[in-house]
Amino acid sequence: MIGIIDYGMGNLLSVKNAVEYLGFDAEIVSHSNELHNFEKLILPGVGAFPDCINNLATKGFVSELQREVMENKKPILGICLGMQVMARIGNEVRRTEGLNWFDAEVELMKVSKKEFRIPHVGWAETFVKKHFIFEGIKSVPEFYFVHSFHMNCNNPEDVIATVNHDKDFTAAVANNNIIGCQFHPEKSQEFGLVVLKNFITRNFNA
Amino acid sequence: MLKKRLIPKLLLKPMQFGSLTKLVLVTTVGFDKTINAGDPVSQAKIYEAQAADELIFINIDSENASHEKVIQILNKISEEIFMPITIGGGINSLNLIREYLKNGADKIAVNTYSFNNPDFIKEASDVFGAQCIVCSIDYKIEDSEAIVYINNGKTKTNKTLLVWAKECESLGAGELLITNIDHDGSHLGLDLAELKNVCNEVKIPVIASGGCGVAKHFIEGFEAGADAVSAGTYFCFKDQNPIQTRSHIANANIPIRLHQ
Repeated sequence: MIGIIDYGMGNLLSVKNAVEYLGFDAEIVSHSNELHNFEKLILPGVGAFPDCINNLATKGFVSELQREVMENKKPILGICLGMQVMARIGNEVRRTEGLNWFDAEVELMKVSKKEFRIPHVGWAETFVKKHFIFEGIKSVPEFYFVHSFHMNCNNPEDVIATVNHDKDFTAAVANNNIIGCQFHPEKSQEFGLVVLKNFITRNFNA
Repeated sequence: MLKKRLIPKLLLKPMQFGSLTKLVLVTTVGFDKTINAGDPVSQAKIYEAQAADELIFINIDSENASHEKVIQILNKISEEIFMPITIGGGINSLNLIREYLKNGADKIAVNTYSFNNPDFIKEASDVFGAQCIVCSIDYKIEDSEAIVYINNGKTKTNKTLLVWAKECESLGAGELLITNIDHDGSHLGLDLAELKNVCNEVKIPVIASGGCGVAKHFIEGFEAGADAVSAGTYFCFKDQNPIQTRSHIANANIPIRLHQ
């Protein structure tokens, strides 16, 4: 059973529908004390970084996530802002501490030419490294992105995919049981569904 | 590298079937005459199979169509369609936006209410993020000036397209959807002059709409600077579909997603 974390932000229904469409069970988790009931977690997100962290903290998810993900090594997939809050620091609106699972800062995307518009909205060719999450997908798939901030990682080995928008930006990160993607797999048609399926079916204990 | 987007626009309007009111899909000419075009859910599925890049649903009779009915449709669509969905029509509160997002929408198109209450754009953008808020702007050319119209083209305002577009951007809009009302349903092509002006003046993505009749019109729109081109009539009634249109566009060396 997949737990989709509900902290009052994000398009949870689309994520749940996508998981169910793939033939797996998913439940929306609104109470942090239920997190331990789920085999894997998905952290979606729409909105601003400080609101997201505050809402997670207020609902008791921050401490519970630290235990489940860091100590018990429960697999988790962060989507969009759900990935960004896994960084050490966020700089959207104001400087805010994140979950600190990746040595990274979330910063506004800066571009030098007008043809590169911000927000970065739409389908973009994504350069993926060899990683199980991209298994069965063509070498440069298009995924759907919609964001103005990006995750600037200090450890290049955490980055498993990049997207170019004037410069290279982080498109996905991974560190063992923790995976994050800037794009929306639940909105990326076939390729996105494969990413979700790869996360759900992966045996992380092997 | 971002691909240019093709976005079918699905206009919803309540229609009476005996004692039952049902939302049906329509296309419009000059925002006035409406033509029944079928069932929104099945049409959305067809567009998804044809790899449209996003879908925009606009409830064009929001005074008479309840939001619950739109939400019912949205709910059905999001069970089977895994692509970005924008909802618009009668958006006048943060709670309503929250309801739509909760039920499967990714972006919200705002128009009349936010024109009359510009702070609403800022509030919505602060709460849901700029990427969520699409400012839809309808206009007509009068004495060679692009004048903004609201209330689904019924009410003339005192603002020009360019002034309001820049205001929307500074208030926190994530994208603009601009429609020349006189080109709507005309098959005459997009209003390229105004499209270029807007694209030059704002830094956020611009979706051009109104007038596409042949594949060439999409190409012209992208060359004028649009990030996306949206069309209703074009996709509803022609034997054209997004797959064919896409090949034409790709042949003109414009980066676009080809069917997988």
